[in-house]
Amino acid sequence: MSEMSHPAPTPRMPAYSSASKAEPVLEVRGLNVDYGFGTEAVHAVVDCNLVLRRGQVLGLAGESGSGKSTIAMAAIRLLRSPGVITAGEVLFHSRPLEGESSGQTLDLLRADDAELRRVRWSEISVVFQSALNALNPVITIGAQFDDLLKVHRPHLSTTERWDRGVELLEMVGMTGDRLRSYSHELSGGMRQRAMIAMALALEPQVMILDEPTTALDVVTQREILEELMGLRDRLGFAALFITHDLSLLVELADEIVVMYAGRLMESAPAASLFRSPRLPYTYGLLHCFPPMHGERTPMEGIPGSPPDLRALPSGCSFHPRCPWAMERCRKETPVLTRLDGSGREVACWLHAGGATVPTELAVADPGDRGPSAATRRATR
Amino acid sequence: MSLTAQQAAAPPVSVRPVLEGRGLTKFFSVKHGRGIFAGTARLFAVDDVSIVLAPGTVTALVGESGSGKTTVARILAKIINPDGGEVLLDGEPVSGRPRSYARQVQMVFQDPFASLNPIHRINYHLLRPLKIHGLGGDDVNEAVEDLLRRVALEPPQQFTRKFPHELSGGQRQRVAIARALSVRPRVLLADEPVSMLDVSIRLGILNLLADLRDREHLAILYVTHDIASARYLADTIAVMYAGQVVETAPSARLTDHPAHPYTQLLLSAAPDPDRVEPPNLAGSGAPPSLIAPPSGCRFHPRCPHAMAICSTTAPPSVTVDPGHAANCWLHVDPSRRVPSNPEVVAANAGSTSMRPPAAPPPIGTTQMRRTEEDRSME
Repeated sequence: MSEMSHPAPTPRMPAYSSASKAEPVLEVRGLNVDYGFGTEAVHAVVDCNLVLRRGQVLGLAGESGSGKSTIAMAAIRLLRSPGVITAGEVLFHSRPLEGESSGQTLDLLRADDAELRRVRWSEISVVFQSALNALNPVITIGAQFDDLLKVHRPHLSTTERWDRGVELLEMVGMTGDRLRSYSHELSGGMRQRAMIAMALALEPQVMILDEPTTALDVVTQREILEELMGLRDRLGFAALFITHDLSLLVELADEIVVMYAGRLMESAPAASLFRSPRLPYTYGLLHCFPPMHGERTPMEGIPGSPPDLRALPSGCSFHPRCPWAMERCRKETPVLTRLDGSGREVACWLHAGGATVPTELAVADPGDRGPSAATRRATR
Repeated sequence: MSLTAQQAAAPPVSVRPVLEGRGLTKFFSVKHGRGIFAGTARLFAVDDVSIVLAPGTVTALVGESGSGKTTVARILAKIINPDGGEVLLDGEPVSGRPRSYARQVQMVFQDPFASLNPIHRINYHLLRPLKIHGLGGDDVNEAVEDLLRRVALEPPQQFTRKFPHELSGGQRQRVAIARALSVRPRVLLADEPVSMLDVSIRLGILNLLADLRDREHLAILYVTHDIASARYLADTIAVMYAGQVVETAPSARLTDHPAHPYTQLLLSAAPDPDRVEPPNLAGSGAPPSLIAPPSGCRFHPRCPHAMAICSTTAPPSVTVDPGHAANCWLHVDPSRRVPSNPEVVAANAGSTSMRPPAAPPPIGTTQMRRTEEDRSME
């Protein structure tokens, strides 16, 4: 694997081993997204606040229809009709240029086309689940790299653009001759690698990974994730990793946010979330993945099925499936509140005081004792 | 029932198998080459696979896409005919697909959004097999409601008049299972029954299958790519690689003490939040082309422990523990690895720890290119 060159004028920030203190690079504040208008509108995302810090891997977990992809699409203004952003702001904090003390901040939701064009792909890139649909089927991978670099790096010559393409493919573990291939000539894993190489082409500060490995086999998935995390540690980009596979996220992410029916329900460092979930839904979700070790015991999963966004239950959307639901849960919608003295937030009345917290949801937080995802990766 | 067929049942199963596939082989004709070199080639999706399904047990068939696991299920369901080998029901070879066979062996498909007809109500889906097979007795509606109750869709009256689109994915899959159960089969072939469903409802379906095994004594084949769910549900796991079964063992035994290097790779790559050591990806890469599979052991180009004999001779099935068989030369006593290369054998003698830091060999680009075709043949 060759070392990455720096055609961009800005120097690369060092890779962060611990992301907790880093400054935010992407902030989502009070985001609301509807599908449709008026009384027919379905509230796909309600009042979402997210902070992605430099060099951090932020995991966004949830079932299908929970709004996790909608957040990402809305944040980079790729949401298609009938999706409507009804409120909120998405702040992108650019890295300070040389000689400046602080970088610029841009609200993506209010940015005009020219501003968006400057940020999209150069600063924030996206890898989608289906690389086959994301890649152009009628031109070669090389031609797509060429297109991209021609627009964003006009000073590069044709040969330089080709060399850069080769370099990028080699960075993701492919051979340079693959630039001559069409997307249908590549296996699923290779397509996704090519897609990741393309997302890295302009050295973005943020990478949004929307179920990047869901369609792949487990061995390929693992290879790509290992490579991706290695690149992240080396290049220092921040990643918003969206997936339904919470067990995978626990291994990869620094911090995990769990979504249910369009709302953020729990946010915690990965190890804390896995060892000591505070939210009944997270607890249930973690018990949906049979363990690979130990005694085989019957597991229950979560009763019922995810709610229909067109007819959400009153109060907390999870209450019909929650084993610990109280009267209050049926009436009032809980808001995401910080648990005292910890870096975690939860939207659940059980933790609002006055209620008895079930022992399952009161396991001591492993805190700093558990190794963080970053240190776990560093030891590899 | 012939006695010899029973005796020939390869793995020692305490219960008499109800359905058995013996030496199953299936190839598909595919276009191969370009221009004047174009021609058709045989892609061996399944190559000499034997599998036994006993009543009251779940057998899992685990493998990556293109490994042939779905093809095995389809052969057992007699949706496709094998090009070699035979399917035995109660020890008797079955030819064709008589209606009596469908009465005994039913299949549940991966995608409940596609396997139910969108223009018909649930009622229709469940009545049809009852009518075709002349079952259901005097009150067919009662039979339909009973079926819905068996798959925990209650109250059944709420579901009979609904269309598939009015149900959630999990409910749809339950209807698909109810339809398969309607003819009171003895064997259920479930092809990735939960992979299209939301994570929070997958366990519900797996528990339903476990329930059917325990209460109704069904023999179930659970085809999956998710080894963790196989460990949870199945009694026995068979791991497939490139059209062949490479390892078979009781499920906990297989995941706790995998004997085949491919199984070890598969387990290491699986998501595991409890992971104590970083994943060991020795042997990672893509599965080989099934048009021209590697000689000897099909895993040898990727195998971190490959020896000289692995590339020349296909490994025998070795019993490493009662009920635990692996097709791997590593488990054959070095003196009995014939033909053998003395130097390599000496180097590998007694190495059962199987974790040398060998780098995976480079994968040929031609192999890579084929994988998509292999995938589509699954």
